[in-house]
Amino acid sequence: MKQILKNRLLIFIGLFAIYGIIQILLSTNILNDYYEINIVLMGINIILAVSLNLINGFTGQFSLGHAGFMSIGAYTSAIITYKLGLPFPLALLVGGISAGITGILIGIPSLRLKGDYLAITTLGFGEIIRVIFLNTEYVGGASGLSGIPKYTNWTWVFWISVITVVLIRNFINSSYGRCCVAIREDETAAESMGINTTFYKTLAFTIGAFFAGIGGALYAHNFYIIQPETFNFMKSFDILTMVVLGGLGSITGSILSAIFLTFVYAVLQDYAALRMVIYSLLLIIVMLFRPEGLMGTREFSLKKLFKKGEKNSEFTVN
Amino acid sequence: MKTFIEQLINGLSLGSIYALIALGYTMVYGIMKLINFAHGDIYMVGAFTGFFASTYLHLGFVPSLLLAMLVSLILGVTIERVAYRPLRDKSKISILITAIGVSLLLENGGIILLTPQVRTYPQIFKQHMYSFFNGIITISNQQIVIFVVSIIMMVGLQLIIYKTKMGKAMRAVSTDADAAKLMGVNVDRTVSFTFAIGSALAAVAGVLVGIYYNSIDPLMGIMPGLKAFIAAVLGGIGIIPGAMVGGLLMGVIEALVSGYGSSLYRDGVSFAILIIILLIKPTGLFGKNVREKV
Repeated sequence: MKQILKNRLLIFIGLFAIYGIIQILLSTNILNDYYEINIVLMGINIILAVSLNLINGFTGQFSLGHAGFMSIGAYTSAIITYKLGLPFPLALLVGGISAGITGILIGIPSLRLKGDYLAITTLGFGEIIRVIFLNTEYVGGASGLSGIPKYTNWTWVFWISVITVVLIRNFINSSYGRCCVAIREDETAAESMGINTTFYKTLAFTIGAFFAGIGGALYAHNFYIIQPETFNFMKSFDILTMVVLGGLGSITGSILSAIFLTFVYAVLQDYAALRMVIYSLLLIIVMLFRPEGLMGTREFSLKKLFKKGEKNSEFTVN
Repeated sequence: MKTFIEQLINGLSLGSIYALIALGYTMVYGIMKLINFAHGDIYMVGAFTGFFASTYLHLGFVPSLLLAMLVSLILGVTIERVAYRPLRDKSKISILITAIGVSLLLENGGIILLTPQVRTYPQIFKQHMYSFFNGIITISNQQIVIFVVSIIMMVGLQLIIYKTKMGKAMRAVSTDADAAKLMGVNVDRTVSFTFAIGSALAAVAGVLVGIYYNSIDPLMGIMPGLKAFIAAVLGGIGIIPGAMVGGLLMGVIEALVSGYGSSLYRDGVSFAILIIILLIKPTGLFGKNVREKV
């Protein structure tokens, strides 16, 4: 117990240190606006990757519609702040909730399907959401919604991504999360053990969609403008690459690969095609040589880090 | 009435192109249970090969079509060898992710090699319009070419599948790969052959689209690829006549939606069809229900 408390304390100190150092660097302008945008993007991508990992990695339901949920969060929150003039925290929450509700509505029917059929259905739903926004004049149609106030900053993104990671991690380690992992391992066996698979799959799907909505809301308030095209299925593939590269079933992996791929994205910003070639080669090579992703299902843990004498590995099997 | 018939003819020509792509999807799915996401991009490569063959090599229609088929065939077989075969006994998700990776690679590799600019296809056939019944039905010679070529291809495919030894092997592997192996069927060769035929058909579709719409670009494979997949699901995936009917239906529905509603809704309607089919009759129009075995 004492050990756990000590670790928690260390993590808190570490998080405050990271937050503080970057905040100081940003406010003294050592890191200029260009860096700030990319650091914020890293945080948003962490939220998106970790939430997709809950669906794809931990519950084993292959979803390709994450960009759709993201766009719902983005548009709803933009309507709330920009059109209705309400405060930003409310916009975040409503953006997340509306994406979550969409997640339930899409999840209940489509989660009856498995594997690649589910993938193509979620891709279809994501595209339908995009077409709906494309045809809604209220939110600007194809030209999108511009002039969204910039509320997203390092403080918001950092703490929201911390909260996301903590909540999803706690969910996975709860009995609910164990049921999700059981479904991933063997759906038929899980069902015969009395697990209500539909409920848990929908639950994971909804939570994933909720956080994707929040990620979308943060995204909308970082870039002034959102267009339906931003949230096409290429965006879903982007997030999928992060999850797969980091490891299906590893939160640490998702965080690391979200940071790494956002960095690659920033470096290759002017060479979009080259970036996608690198992404796709990464996907293929990882699948051919390490299908479980770089981290597999392992997580980083402080406990093992300090007990180096007993075990050489820094990581622990989940 | 005139608009309706016009859209119907447009829809049927678009639909025959979808059908040709859908055949490749359905055969690969039937044999490997894999959504070959890269199939739409093989179609793009076919279109570009046809473009280069007729623009720079000054080949006629049939030679450029054959060259496009050959290039796509080699590409399809190579992709299967390099990317899919090593993963065949791994989880289905990893092979699906690889397929997505290959698709992205071809699209963006295409952008780097060919530049993202839209290219104008050479006019292989001078456009003529033929009218029947006092102009109620007008049909262009390009549409006739599309119909004739697609029908030849589909009949040819039926002959290969039902009259040749390889076709018999394909049917055997798609029914039960392990049992086919025990009966002495070379599964690897059969899968390669399936990819070869599917890719060649996609190349035909690519060249036909180039002739019909006059413009091609490296990302042209994404949407038709997805729609052809929907067509395959609509007809019942793994069922060859299903893919043909599904393709034609998709083309007609799409043309009618663009003709009477908004073309902006076109993509949305296709995906809505997919979702409805999957939720109501996942085996497709032509599929029979198969009990799931544990």
